This record gives sequence, C-alpha cells and structure tokens, in this order.
Amino acid sequence: MKLIVCIKQVPDTTEVKLDPKTGTLIRDGVPSIINPDDRAALEVALKMKDANLGTTVTVICMGPKQADAAVREALAMGADSAIIVSDRAFAGSDTWATANVISSAIQKIMDYDLVFCGRQAIDGDTAQVGPQIAERLNIPQVTYARSVKVLGDSRYEVCRELDDEQQIVEVTGPALITVVHGLEPIRYPDFRRIFQAYSGVFEVLNWSQEELKIDANKIGLKSSPTNVKCTFPPELRKSGIRLEGTNEEMVKQLFDNMLGEHILKRRA
Amino acid sequence: MDFELTKAQEQFRKTIRGFTENEIRPIAGAVDRYEATVDDNIKKLAALHINGIAIPVEEGGAGGDHVCYAIACEEVAKACTSTATLVSAKLAGLLIEMLYYYGTPAQKEKYLQPFLQGELEGCFGLTEPEAGSDPGRLCTTAIKDGSNYIINGTKTFITGAPLADFAIVMASTNKSLGTKGITAFLVDCDTPGFSKGKPEQKMGQRGLPVGELIMKNVVVPETAIIGKEGMGFRLAMKSLDCGRLGIASVALGIAEGAYEAAVKYSKERVQFGAPICNNQAIQFMLTDMKMRIDAAQLLVYRAAVSKDKGSSSFPFEASMAKVYASEVAMFVTTKAVQIHGGYGYMNDYPVERMMRDAKLTEIYEGTSEIQRMVLARTILK
Repeated sequence: MKLIVCIKQVPDTTEVKLDPKTGTLIRDGVPSIINPDDRAALEVALKMKDANLGTTVTVICMGPKQADAAVREALAMGADSAIIVSDRAFAGSDTWATANVISSAIQKIMDYDLVFCGRQAIDGDTAQVGPQIAERLNIPQVTYARSVKVLGDSRYEVCRELDDEQQIVEVTGPALITVVHGLEPIRYPDFRRIFQAYSGVFEVLNWSQEELKIDANKIGLKSSPTNVKCTFPPELRKSGIRLEGTNEEMVKQLFDNMLGEHILKRRA
Repeated sequence: MDFELTKAQEQFRKTIRGFTENEIRPIAGAVDRYEATVDDNIKKLAALHINGIAIPVEEGGAGGDHVCYAIACEEVAKACTSTATLVSAKLAGLLIEMLYYYGTPAQKEKYLQPFLQGELEGCFGLTEPEAGSDPGRLCTTAIKDGSNYIINGTKTFITGAPLADFAIVMASTNKSLGTKGITAFLVDCDTPGFSKGKPEQKMGQRGLPVGELIMKNVVVPETAIIGKEGMGFRLAMKSLDCGRLGIASVALGIAEGAYEAAVKYSKERVQFGAPICNNQAIQFMLTDMKMRIDAAQLLVYRAAVSKDKGSSSFPFEASMAKVYASEVAMFVTTKAVQIHGGYGYMNDYPVERMMRDAKLTEIYEGTSEIQRMVLARTILK
C-alpha cells in the first residue's frame, strides 16, 4: 500500500498568548509542533505500515521553510519519505487555496491508496482542508476517524469517532481519511531515525509552484475567497457570585441582583 | 565558537524531554519511595533505539553523538535521577566503551549487541569492600588454570548488579604487579559459583538497583578476557572518562530540575501579602543557582563536544565537568529545599528527593577528591 499523510506545522497553542492590542497570536519564541490531529493521522498510517509489509508512508507538508523540522520529526516517527510544498506564492492561502496546492501535489505523486489528514489544525480550527482535498481529487472521504482496518481488495473499515456515537464504515480506496487525536496512543520519534532524518538517509523533496504547475489564480492570499473581517481575543466570562444565607435571603439577593443587572424589571 | 545545538540535537532534546514528561516524571516520586525499579522505561527507551547513542547504526547503536548523550542524561535527571543513572550506562560510558573499543567481534556479538537492544543487562564490577578509590588494593583474583581462569572475590556497590545478566569483572591476575596485574573478564551471572548479594538500601537514587557480586571458584575461559591480561585497569580508566561525562550530565539535570521547582514555588508561595520571589533574599538565591547551572552546563557540553572530536583534552574536561556539576547539584538542591521552607523538607515536593539524589553524584564514578587529584596531576604535568 502507498499511504500519503498531510501534516501542518503549527505554533504550540498551549504556550501561545494573544497580543491584547492587535488580537493576533504572539508567535515569537513559541515552539512549533506537528498539529496534534495530523500526528494522530500519521500514527494511523504508521500502524498500517507496521502491520502490512511493503507499505510506504509519504508525508506532505505545506508551509514555510521552517516546516522542515516537522517533516524530519515525521520521518523519525517512521515515515519513509517527505515532500515539503513551499513557495512565497502560497503565502496567505485560505483553506480553498491550500487544498488546491496540496491536491495538486498529491496528483503529482499519482500512485496512492489512501490519503490521511488530521481533522483540523489547532491554529485555524476549520476542519475544511481534508474534505476539500478529497473533493479536488474526486475520491471518497471518511472524516473523524480513529482507526483503520485493511480488508483487502482496496477496501478499508474505518472507525469514526463522533460526539455521541461510534460508526464503523467501509470505504473503497483510493480515499481520504481525516483523523481525530486523543483516542489512541501516539508513538515517539525513534532516536536512531532522528539522526538518520538529519543525515540524508530519507528522501525529502521540495516542491514549489513551478514543480506543481499550478495556476497563480488558485493560490495565495489574493486568490483566497475567505476574507477575515477581524480577529479578537474572546472576552473573559465574569466569574459567578456565591450567595450565602437562608433560602429566603438568597432568593431575595438573587432577585435584587437580577433587577440590578436589568435582567428582570419591577412591574410598574 | 558557536553555542547552538544542531537541528538533530534540538529534535533529540525535544523527544527525550517529551518522553521524560510523559513516562518518567509521573512515577519519579513513587520510584524513590518504594525503591521501585525503572526497568519498564529503560526497555521502552531501548525500543526507541537510544542505547549506544554514539555508536554507528551498523554496529547496533543510535548513530548520534556525545552531546546527545549529555542531553539525554540531563533531561531525564531533571525528573528522576534513578532512571537517569541507568540511562547514562545504557547510552554510553564504562561498559559500552570497554566492549565497543576493546571487545573481540565474538564478545561484541554475544554481549554488546543484546545489551544495546535491551535484551541483556550488564554491570561493571571494579569496586570492592576494601578497594574503592585505590584499585591497587583489589582482592578479587583470577588464577590461570590451563586455558581457563578461576575467579574468587566480592564486588560491592555495583550499579545494575541486581538486574545484570553479565558482568565485567576486574580481577588481579598478578598481585605483585598492582594495577598492572589487573585483568578485565566478561562473566555470565549464571556461571556456577557466581551469586549476587541483596540490593543495597540507599539515601538517594533509591530506584537505582545497586548490589554485590560474589564469586566463589567461578571458572571462565581465556576468551572471557577483554583486551589482554594485565590491561584491565588501563582500559577501565580510559572508559571511565566517558562515564564521568554521563554523571556530570546527570548532576546538571538534577540541579536544573530543582531550580525549576524552586522558581515555580517562589512565584506561588505567598507570605506577608506577596509571592516570596519578590524578596531579594530569594532572588539572590535563584540567581546564584542559575549562574552555577549555566557554568556547569557549559563545562558539560564542552566536554561532550571534545569527546565527539576525539580531543585529547577530553579526560581533563570530563573530570572538571563532573566535579563542578555534582557540587552545583548539591548547592542548588540545598537552596531549592531552603526556598521551599518546611514544605521542601517533606516528600510531597520533589526537592528533598533531589537533594538526596544529588549527593551520590559527588561520590560515584570517582569522588570529587579523586577527580581533583587527577586534575591536579594534569595541571602540574
């Protein structure tokens, strides 16, 4: 089997702070990580590789040059090769433009059985890119997956993890699967492979707009149909008030407060 | 001059730090309290191919370098010294160097490869009840008997002994020659006449299995000798330098772990209406701790770089790093307990454990006093 995993490098939002004036992320000094759902997607692919001899895993990462670190980490975890899709022309792409770029990279690879994506990225949280890629490639998609079983004859059984139920669905490849993190343990990078990943043992390709032969009107900020109106940090919710006293006293306090906040109005 | 880690070393640090936070830190307190062995985590790390960190992949190692050796010991020691000391012996140091540099191909295949893969545990036996800093007083003897040797004697305070499947045993093959009559033997722990004492109970590093090796008429073949007869002490001394780098890194990590705990606590603990970190008395302690830690780290990393470059100054630098870092570990952990006040003395907080753990770093792999003697010898040469 030939598996493709799309990953994104994101700021570690557990350590990120918002600039209170501009409402944008302060990225200075914030470590970058592989997006958690993407890491889970990679784990699902690597498990399939472990269980099926001759399976290869190729990682695709669209991003700036620094994305190299994310790709090397994926190789250390067990991916066989990687493609970094990077070009100034891609900067500012929204989900529509990003899906155009990544799907054209996948089309260039041509031969594949499954494409994996994380459900959504922790910086944008749109959960759109995976499904959009599937549409561009005109292949079936299964979203919110937890695990995948190989049934043979290009058929796969996918366990979907939804808010209040699990679904087992069958899909015929080539197909795209988006994966949810936090359900299955994820392997650590292998230490030996870390050193190999940085000494040229694995193939790492760099593809730009030129290699992908993609139209300028399908990529980048200018071609992105999404317009961000404004960004702002959410207002902090006020903490509640604890009422004390007898039931009657507390009910009186409650009504007084609600009147004070103009939630209730005294009848004239 | 460049103080930056390579990208591979950065990724290595990130990975071992993640492993430590997830797997090692959560159980560190319990490991100490119940003297639990940390075997599981050592096996998990072996499966991630961290052992033999600086040995090429073709020879069963990780294909990394000694800077990563230092980083690994440092990062693990921030959370659990017992695990860190075991890690230091699995990644590089005495046992690995003895086998890798001086072992025959057959010895490497039988012992080094399975040791690196985590299938076989080993230990190094030099210290005896009457011979610690002075190996000339070694009482363990190996008497030639045809093509065999018969070993008799007791080794004490041997790190990893309770878990070991094999031991490198230093024994005197010619008493009149002193240290030049010492030979290194590879001995399987299931050889008739070989037994182990019960594990020692210790002040600190209580999850580190340490014990006795007892040999009564243990017969080993000639092929069990590492190097040549009479070369044992020389080979061990060469291999010890790398072990010192490991212990220096462990000591550095303990200091950093205690310092991080002290900074955090000083911001949280409120007295007289303000966090105690607002007091200069606390600030000056934190500053002194951090300055010494950074100085120790520079000594440790410089020694590691020298080892990777094959520089002849490595033994001197490793010794210096070991003395300094271990004394910094003692200084910093003591201050960390002080900053924590009464809570620091209780085992609800990790700093009292770190203080007990730190003490051993001034003693094992050559005491601070022996290091200073060795250093002075080089200075005055």
